[in-house]
Amino acid sequence: MMAHGAWRRLRADRVAMVSLAVVMAFLLMVVLSASGLIVADWEDEVGVNYAPPSFVGGATVAAAPEAARQALPDNPFDPLADDLAQLRAQAGEGGTPGGAARRATLPFGGDKWGHDVIKKTIKGGETSIVIGLVAALLAVSLGTLFGALSGYWGGVVDDFFNWFYSIFTAIPSVLMILAVAAVLQQKGVLTIVLILGLTGWTGPYRLIRAEYLKHKAREYVLAADAIGASHWRKMFGHIFPNVSHVALVQMSILVVGFIKAEVILSFLGFGVPVGVVSWGSMLNEAQNELILGRWWQLTAAAVAMALLVTAFSLFTDALRDALDPKVKA
Amino acid sequence: MLAYIVRRLWQMLPTMLGVVVLVFVLFNWVGGDPAYILAGKMANADGIANIRRQLGVDQPYYVQLWIFIKQIATFDFGLSWATGEPVSNIIATRLGPSLTVLVPLTVLETLIGIALALAVAFVRGSLTDRAVMIACTAGMSVSILVYIIVFQYGLAYKLGLFPVQGWDGLRYAVLPILIGLAVSIAPTLRLFRSFVLDEAGQDYVRTARAKGLSERRVMWVHVLRNAAIPMLTHVMSNLPALLIGAFLLERFFGIPGIGREVILAVERSDFPVIKAITVYVAAATMVFNLLTDLLYQAVDPRVKLS
Repeated sequence: MMAHGAWRRLRADRVAMVSLAVVMAFLLMVVLSASGLIVADWEDEVGVNYAPPSFVGGATVAAAPEAARQALPDNPFDPLADDLAQLRAQAGEGGTPGGAARRATLPFGGDKWGHDVIKKTIKGGETSIVIGLVAALLAVSLGTLFGALSGYWGGVVDDFFNWFYSIFTAIPSVLMILAVAAVLQQKGVLTIVLILGLTGWTGPYRLIRAEYLKHKAREYVLAADAIGASHWRKMFGHIFPNVSHVALVQMSILVVGFIKAEVILSFLGFGVPVGVVSWGSMLNEAQNELILGRWWQLTAAAVAMALLVTAFSLFTDALRDALDPKVKA
Repeated sequence: MLAYIVRRLWQMLPTMLGVVVLVFVLFNWVGGDPAYILAGKMANADGIANIRRQLGVDQPYYVQLWIFIKQIATFDFGLSWATGEPVSNIIATRLGPSLTVLVPLTVLETLIGIALALAVAFVRGSLTDRAVMIACTAGMSVSILVYIIVFQYGLAYKLGLFPVQGWDGLRYAVLPILIGLAVSIAPTLRLFRSFVLDEAGQDYVRTARAKGLSERRVMWVHVLRNAAIPMLTHVMSNLPALLIGAFLLERFFGIPGIGREVILAVERSDFPVIKAITVYVAAATMVFNLLTDLLYQAVDPRVKLS
């Protein structure tokens, strides 16, 4: 079938293979990080606040807050004094690493709390990539289902879905996403997935519908009909494998778009909740850090995201070319 | 011609109705009871009942939908829940700053995009072409947030070439426009290049070359005139979306435009503002699609409107 030839064409494309390797490396990272094998300890405050990268060299920012804390005199009227003393004692016994144990520099710097930026970027990448993948899967599934129903049945069904499609495309997607974000109010990974998935199905729908229109009159479908295959079986057992390449290309286009969208949503504060790190929430913190001259978190998140998205886009282009041999570059 | 326009406008009605119902369902049904948002933290039953009566949300859904449709038809969406400013006033005053940024941005982007696309198409298939395309993909993959943060920090804050933030006419629009260009030129170039290459393979191009026209004349006159049609569609149909699409620029630079207003409204649960903007942008999108089709005919005499 088409898969074999397509794979052969992909193998011959060097840019495609390199970008595939990069994408696979990112996905492996996501799997390892999600299963807790790596960076499970990203929330440990291993460095001093805003620890600079090792190659820049240690700064002397660390000592000041320690000294300030020591200098505070005891307030005899403090109603919480007893509780605070108790907490301090507990902290001193060794729950969290004390100031002395923190490192002055980290391989690629630390954030406001002294988290290792590299680990944080990997953890943030896990959130952003998982959201992108799941939302794209949802959008493509919806688009495929609607497109299949619409193209296969035609008539009233087609009219209905086309009407639905025209409504969703009349509203610019950014506005649609923001409107849904305004209504849903609760932040969460699931919310973002739903927002992106439920608004992003229009592109796949249009293409899949066109494919079904084309395929439903083909001989193999008529043959399937003759041996008594059910409508459902013809739609998804016979036609779908022949149009699945369209869904695959749409899926990879959407993953890239959704990763970018998640970053913007989280940056604006409509995305991941407090306590969950994503590339968008990292950029949000990084915006203020840059004015203080602390560029490392911005660089880490931006480079990681650019690398993945570039590789993914180049791979998508190659995939489209490989799956559609009629188009000659 | 007139009959065509009338029929197209008539066809818009079901879509517009769908948009209205969708927005209504989102905000009046999914969004929950606005009285609890408006009454604030110290709500009492009387106050909530009062607000519900004022907004008409104590009425059945079909009455509420009718109120909404009347609001759209009369351009009167009442007052913003957050500031008490009339919504129509908000939209009218925010449109100017948005357009001050968007009009120069769109014109420059289109012209530069066309020039670069033709230049790249001259050397199609070469290493330069491939390198430019990969550079475009790489440029597009950097988040727009990074462009804005770095440019604002570097050019405005560090070097002091532009004002960092604020709004007082065109001077404050220069840096946002530059950033908008930096972000949008890569995707535009990619798209326009594909339009040009689609045309460059056509028979009439071979004919033009065969009769001895210079490559420059073939590209700039023959190919461009035909490639202009999809380019025009792209630019025109994107205009309404751009109004919202510049929301990040407007937010970072404190430009009091439509996009920033949407973000503020989402942050404050200011539903009337979002509803109004959504409905009007959707209407604008449809009208612009119609205008694009009409322009089509002007540019390309082969196109028959039917």
